[in-house]
Amino acid sequence: MSAVVTPSRTRGWRTLALVFFAIFFLMPVYVLLVTAFKSPSEVDVVHMWSLPKSFSLDSFRAVWPKLTDGMVNSLMLAIPASLISSIMGAANGFVLSKWRFPGADVVFPLILFGMFIPYQAVIIPMFQTMIDLKLYGGLDGLILVHIIYGLPITTLIFRNFFIGVSDELIEAARVDGAGMLRTFAYIGLPLAVPAFAVSMIWQFTSAWNDFLFGVVLTRQEYNPVTVALNNIAGAQTVPFNEAMASAFLASIPTLVVYLLLGRFFMRGLMAGALKG
Amino acid sequence: MRKAKRWLPGLLLVSPSLIALGWFVYYFIGVNAQVSLSDWKGQAQTTGWAGFKWYQELFADETFHNDIRNLLIFTLVFIGGSLLVGGVLALLMDKGVRGENVFRSIYLFPMAISFIATGIIWRWLLNSDTGAGTTGINDLLGLVGGHSEWHKSDSDWAVASIALPAGWALSGYVMALFLAGLRSIPDELREAARVDGASEFRVYWHVVRPMMIPAIMSALVILVHISMKTFDLIYAIAPLDPRTETPAVYMYLTSFRGGFYARGAAIATMLFLAITIVVAPYVWWATKKERIR
Repeated sequence: MSAVVTPSRTRGWRTLALVFFAIFFLMPVYVLLVTAFKSPSEVDVVHMWSLPKSFSLDSFRAVWPKLTDGMVNSLMLAIPASLISSIMGAANGFVLSKWRFPGADVVFPLILFGMFIPYQAVIIPMFQTMIDLKLYGGLDGLILVHIIYGLPITTLIFRNFFIGVSDELIEAARVDGAGMLRTFAYIGLPLAVPAFAVSMIWQFTSAWNDFLFGVVLTRQEYNPVTVALNNIAGAQTVPFNEAMASAFLASIPTLVVYLLLGRFFMRGLMAGALKG
Repeated sequence: MRKAKRWLPGLLLVSPSLIALGWFVYYFIGVNAQVSLSDWKGQAQTTGWAGFKWYQELFADETFHNDIRNLLIFTLVFIGGSLLVGGVLALLMDKGVRGENVFRSIYLFPMAISFIATGIIWRWLLNSDTGAGTTGINDLLGLVGGHSEWHKSDSDWAVASIALPAGWALSGYVMALFLAGLRSIPDELREAARVDGASEFRVYWHVVRPMMIPAIMSALVILVHISMKTFDLIYAIAPLDPRTETPAVYMYLTSFRGGFYARGAAIATMLFLAITIVVAPYVWWATKKERIR
C-alpha cells in the first residue's frame, strides 16, 4: 500500500497532524488571551473557553502596578548577570579550546556538571553565605549567584564555538608575538559575536525565569518578577482574569526575545543538552 | 618553564570562574551534606552533631514516602509523554513540511516562559472541580465525550496531571533534540536501505533507530534531572498540596517555611545523589572526545 501513496499526500497528513499538535501547544495561550482581555464582569471560569464579548484592558490595569517593581528588578538583575556571565564564559571557552592548560580535560566536565546540579543542594549554604557577605536581600547577591551558576552553560556555548575556529588563526597571532589576552580580545572576541547572542539570550531567559534563587535570596522590595507573579496570581482568591493578565505581562520580555531571536535561543538549547 | 609560560595565562584567565564554581558548586554541596548531619533547626544556625538522625526520620516519614511515590509517578508520565510527543513531532517533521520554522517555533515557545507563569495558566486549565463546576480542559474533554473522573480532587493520581504542563513545556525540546539527531543521519544510509527494498518502517527501525540512541540518551538525562529538581512548576500549580508534593517541594517547605534546615539539607543531599547517578556518567561520556584528543 505504502508504495502507491504519493509523497505529497503523506505530506498533507503530516501537516494536518502537526497543526493538531500546534493547536494543543497554543491552547493555553488562547485561554490566557481571551481571559485577560475580557471585561472583569464577564469573566467566569465556567466560560473560560468562550471569546470575549467586549474588549477590555481592565485586568491589565489592575495588575500592572503590582508587577512593575518586579519587572524592573528582573531587568536590573538579568541584564548585568547575563552580560558578565557571558564575558567570563567567553574567556573560559576560549582558553578551554584554544589555550589549553594541563588538566583542562578534567576541569571542563567539572565545570559542566554545575549545570545539572539540583539547586536545592546548594541553596542552604548559599543563603548562609549571602547573609555572611551582607549580600542577602538585595539584587547584588542575586546577580552574583546568577553569574556563577550561568558559567557552565556560557563556558560550554563559547567552547563549542571556538572549537570551530581554525587553530591556524590563533597560531598566527601567537607567532606574531601576541599574548593570550590580545589574541582573545582582538581575534577571539570579534569572531564570537554569534556565540554572544546565544549566550546572552539564554542567560537572560534563565535569570528572568528563575524563581528559587529569587524567593530565597531577596527581600520583598527586591523580589524578581517571578516571585511577584506568584504572590499576585498564586493566591486562591485572586480573580482568574488578573492571574492570566499578570502571567502574560511577566512573560512578555522573554517571549519578545524568543520571537525576535529564536534561532539563537534554539542553539543555546542544543548546547544545554551537551550536543555541539 | 617555557611551557608553563605558554599555558599559565590561560589558567589565570579561567581561575576566577574555577574559584567561583569550586566555591558555589562543590564546596556548597559539601557544606550542605555537613548541614544535613547537624542539628540545625530554627532561624539561627547550630552546628551540633546529629548524625544520620534526619535521614532516619525521613525514611520513616509518611510525607516523604508520599513525595517519593509522587515523584516516581510524575517522572514516568512526564518522561514517557514528552519522549512520545517529542518523538512523534520529530518524525512528522523529519522529511520536511511547509512552514517547518513556524511549527518549530510554536512547539518550543513554552521553553521561553517561566515555570511560574506556566503553572499559573495550567492550574486553571487543570481545575479539578467536578459536576457543574467542571472547567478547563475537562470541559473540552467533555465536549468530545472523553470526560472521566481521573482528575477528581481525591484521586491518588493527581500528580500525574502535573506531567501535562511539564510535558507542554519540554516536548518541544525533545523534538528539537530528536530532529537534530535525525538530520545528522546521512541520507545515503537510508537510501541504501530503500534501494535494498526495505519498507519505510524497516528503514526507521533498522537504520534510523540505532543511530538515535545518543539523542534519546540526552533527552532522557535532561528530562530525568528536570523532573527530580522541578519545584516552581508544582509550587505554582498547587502549593502545599500533599497530592502533588515531591521531594524538591518538600525540601523548600521544610527549610524555608519550617526552618528545619538540617532536615531540608538531608532531602537536598538525597536529591543531589539521585541526580548525580544519572548525570555524572552522562557528562563524562559527552566530554569523552575531549580527553582522547
